[in-house]
Amino acid sequence: MYINFQNAIFYFFATVLVCSAVGVITARNPVHAALLLVLAFFTSSGLWLLLNAEFLAITLVLVYVGAVMVLFLFVVMMLDVNLDRLREGFWKWFPFGALLALIMAAEISMVIMNEQFSLNKMPTPPLRPVDYSNTKELGRLIYTEYFYAFELAAVILLVAIIAAIALTLRHRVGRKFLDPAQQIAVKKKDRIRVVSMTSETKE
Amino acid sequence: MEYVQQLFEQFFGIEWGGALLILTRNLALILLIVLPLLLGVAYLTLAERKIIAYMQIRVGPNRVTFFGIPWLAGWGQPIADAVKAIMKEIIIPSGANKFLFVLAPVLTIAPALAAWAVVPFSPEIVLADINAGLLYILAMTSMGVYGIIIAGWASNSKYAFLGTMRTAAQVVSYELAMGFALVCVLMMSESLNLSDIVKGQQGGSFLNWYLIPLFPMFLVYFISGVAETNRAPFDVAEGESEIVAGFHVEYSGMAFTVFFLAEYSNMILVASLASIMFLGGWLPPIDIIPFTLIPGFIWLLLKIAFLLFCFLWFRATFPRYRYDQIMRLGWKVFIPITLAWIILLGGIMQLPPSFLNLWPLNLWFH
Amino acid sequence: MNFLLPNLSPAYPEIFLLAMGCLVLLTGLVAREKLPNLTYLLTQIALFGCALITFITFTPDAIYTFSDMFVDDVMADTLKMLVYITVSVCLIYSRSYISLRGMLSGEFFSLVLFATLGMLVMISASHFLTLYLGLELLSLSLYAMVALRRDSSIATEAAMKFFILGALASGFLLYGMSMIYGVTGSLNIARISEIIQGGVVNHATLVVGLVFIVAGIGFKLSVAPFHMWAPDVYQGAPTAVVLFISSAPKLAAFGFVMRLLIEGVGGMANDWQGMLIILALMSMAIGNLGAIMQTNIKRMLAYSTISHMGFMLLGIVSANVDGYGSSMFYVVIYVIMTLGTFGIIMLLSHGVYEAEKLDDFKGLNRRNPRYAFITLLLMFSLAGIPPTVGFYAKLSVLQAVMNAGYIWLAVMAVLFSVIGAFYYLRIIKLMYFDEPENDIFISPQRDVELLISTNGLVILLLGIFPQTLMALCIYAIQSSVQS
Repeated sequence: MYINFQNAIFYFFATVLVCSAVGVITARNPVHAALLLVLAFFTSSGLWLLLNAEFLAITLVLVYVGAVMVLFLFVVMMLDVNLDRLREGFWKWFPFGALLALIMAAEISMVIMNEQFSLNKMPTPPLRPVDYSNTKELGRLIYTEYFYAFELAAVILLVAIIAAIALTLRHRVGRKFLDPAQQIAVKKKDRIRVVSMTSETKE
Repeated sequence: MEYVQQLFEQFFGIEWGGALLILTRNLALILLIVLPLLLGVAYLTLAERKIIAYMQIRVGPNRVTFFGIPWLAGWGQPIADAVKAIMKEIIIPSGANKFLFVLAPVLTIAPALAAWAVVPFSPEIVLADINAGLLYILAMTSMGVYGIIIAGWASNSKYAFLGTMRTAAQVVSYELAMGFALVCVLMMSESLNLSDIVKGQQGGSFLNWYLIPLFPMFLVYFISGVAETNRAPFDVAEGESEIVAGFHVEYSGMAFTVFFLAEYSNMILVASLASIMFLGGWLPPIDIIPFTLIPGFIWLLLKIAFLLFCFLWFRATFPRYRYDQIMRLGWKVFIPITLAWIILLGGIMQLPPSFLNLWPLNLWFH
Repeated sequence: MNFLLPNLSPAYPEIFLLAMGCLVLLTGLVAREKLPNLTYLLTQIALFGCALITFITFTPDAIYTFSDMFVDDVMADTLKMLVYITVSVCLIYSRSYISLRGMLSGEFFSLVLFATLGMLVMISASHFLTLYLGLELLSLSLYAMVALRRDSSIATEAAMKFFILGALASGFLLYGMSMIYGVTGSLNIARISEIIQGGVVNHATLVVGLVFIVAGIGFKLSVAPFHMWAPDVYQGAPTAVVLFISSAPKLAAFGFVMRLLIEGVGGMANDWQGMLIILALMSMAIGNLGAIMQTNIKRMLAYSTISHMGFMLLGIVSANVDGYGSSMFYVVIYVIMTLGTFGIIMLLSHGVYEAEKLDDFKGLNRRNPRYAFITLLLMFSLAGIPPTVGFYAKLSVLQAVMNAGYIWLAVMAVLFSVIGAFYYLRIIKLMYFDEPENDIFISPQRDVELLISTNGLVILLLGIFPQTLMALCIYAIQSSVQS
């Protein structure tokens, strides 16, 4: 097998991706696991770039790395999860779980590794011209063909917002709240009274 | 150039030669961007100290000079600072996570520098003229927060951790407002490519710049930029008077300096993006003879310099925001404003062409 | 760039409901103190408006829109009408219950409306994407509603279990759908059905996908062995929410099963029949045997739901129009019965006291003979005793099963029903032959009183004249499965 430059990049990213993904589930420290997940996201976005899917690649970094994982880390750091306690009984159940996983893997590979998904059934997509923008194409599809599904996804997010706020917002009584607008609107005459007094002389 | 290409192809074979040549050339170009940038950062620190000093009726650094030349007094200060930082020991606190502790400054500066790849300095000079430039910038700037988070966590220090918590929430909140402000820009220009965005603002004078139709968005973007870079008045992550120095309280020597470099190069980045997206980038304010003779690069630099001056000006003027006020500003003021503006802009863009051809709409919608 | 506006008219009910949901949310913020009933009224208006729109725009033909992601056919319209009525009745029953517990807020009603929207989307989906999104919209609203009383640890635990198992089920469903997509290359239900009937695709992969889909459906329908969440959720959630969860979503779930299994992968009926038989038998066994041991009425009704859903699946197993029709009839009847039962349970809760023990039914006859009689009818119907409609519903499903040649299955079903009759009759015994533990006067509002009496009457009337509803169900199924 001859390795050209593109393949070399692919194998590099793929190796890092697999290693970090394995790290995510084996790391003892939850913060390390989260950071390795960030690395996994980042390298998989690199793989997407190799496939000319620049919009998806950048959005993966923007959304998952830039926002979701930050919040995730935030929570993980605050919670101080004790993984050792979570892992109690891991080895006891390991043989059973491993057996199940093996059976599942065997079944799925039997299904997937057949003619249906072979390379000759999935031809290489044609190369696009240089000025082809898949951002524009995605936008066109989302707002025309998949318009309905897109709107529904938006409603789902709205429900998620409502749920999150309804479940966490507490109206505390007697809290001390400052209204910055009111603070700024204070005029000199509200606070200072200039009193004119007759000057006192030394007796 | 052809000779170099031949050399590469002889050495590494046809396929690898071409690729490696591009790689080498890009590395050289990256150095060409990064070195002046770091120099700019160095002198931005000097400018900051000088400008704030003058605003507070002081003199500022005026001792270090080159070769004893009196009128260069003060200009050697950044170099002296750098030398001092390099000589200092990097202290790794006991109980700190060594690997992450050292990694954190690198993770802070890497995205700050990487974002420069797509910034167009003039119509021709841009390292990577990619389609999704704007998205790339957003992605890279959103990565910057990791350095801070990791630094605070790996330091194993309460102050650092408090700073980290503050930053994480602050940066994520302001990223939303920033992104929405940029959505307006890309709606106007119908492109994510930064060069195209500047070209969309062409048309004769500064009236065509997106500054005018998107003025509130410019403010939102710039203020969010100040918040994203953790600069005063949003510097609760450092908060000298509250939590000593926030996330980098345990850092010393060069490790600390790298954080410093990252902060200032982020400032320059925000300023240059604001100039590109709202102030017409390399375009002169009016397309008439004395202005058009000046190269576009200089115009861009001038705009960046002005916005950087604003950064310093803010720092000298405003008291620090309280934390809940920062959150309130981000979520309850900026996000509604930007959303309303997006809807308004979308509505205007849906007007029939006969309306869009009327003055002043014809300045921006073509 | 040209943009052709899709034909919006078939989706007017959904659009109206979405708009009203947002309106209710906003009104809830403003009118929280001053007009606490305004959100409730707006919600009822929304449901009524939807029903009106659906009724006016009814056509016997199937109309596709939104690039064939949305279908408006007779089955969709029928199920939608039933959903509106069910949700509306739910809200009438639960109004005083939720207002006593401080949940009469904009969030609750807007979540109800969004959940209803999810049901409508599922019912008229003709694309795997919309099917899934509708399901998620429904489930997400339900998770939030279960957790809404956040200070109660039992409700939080229930919501957590519901959420995690629901998410797992969604994962299964998506995985199965992706398998089928991988083989057929399409997400459009009509197209998938065409390709499968063409028979050139890899069968093994399809079956693996089908297994995951059936498992996902099993979770959502709460049939054994995927029923684990139901008892905990029924026990932990506020009774008003349980009433909602156990009624209208079952109609939507039936629509979901029809769209996915029959219209989508109907060509693989031989494969899913076997799976559904196992599910149905297990749920009837676990549901009926589990219910006997319960002392908590809500928990008991959860097991009862499991067994009823298993029974409903029998009609689908028969894989013909009569079978589907009888299943639909069964679901509708089940929803009517469950509405009445939970309505009575909420009547028995007074103040902030939760009636959830079987003992709360003790001596109901002495406290209020009318409600005791309605409960008697409901329990007879749930157990399947003539002349109530529950008997006819069971009979029609059994007929369909026997016509499809599964005599042994019908025998098993009857056997389990007989076991199940025990715990329904136990409640009747408690009501008529035991001493009451308290004699707090049951004083519902006039509308609830009227409605709950009607509910009891309907059970009896439909039992005597089931033909109209049955014909409607068969007609709805026929006109959508044929097309």
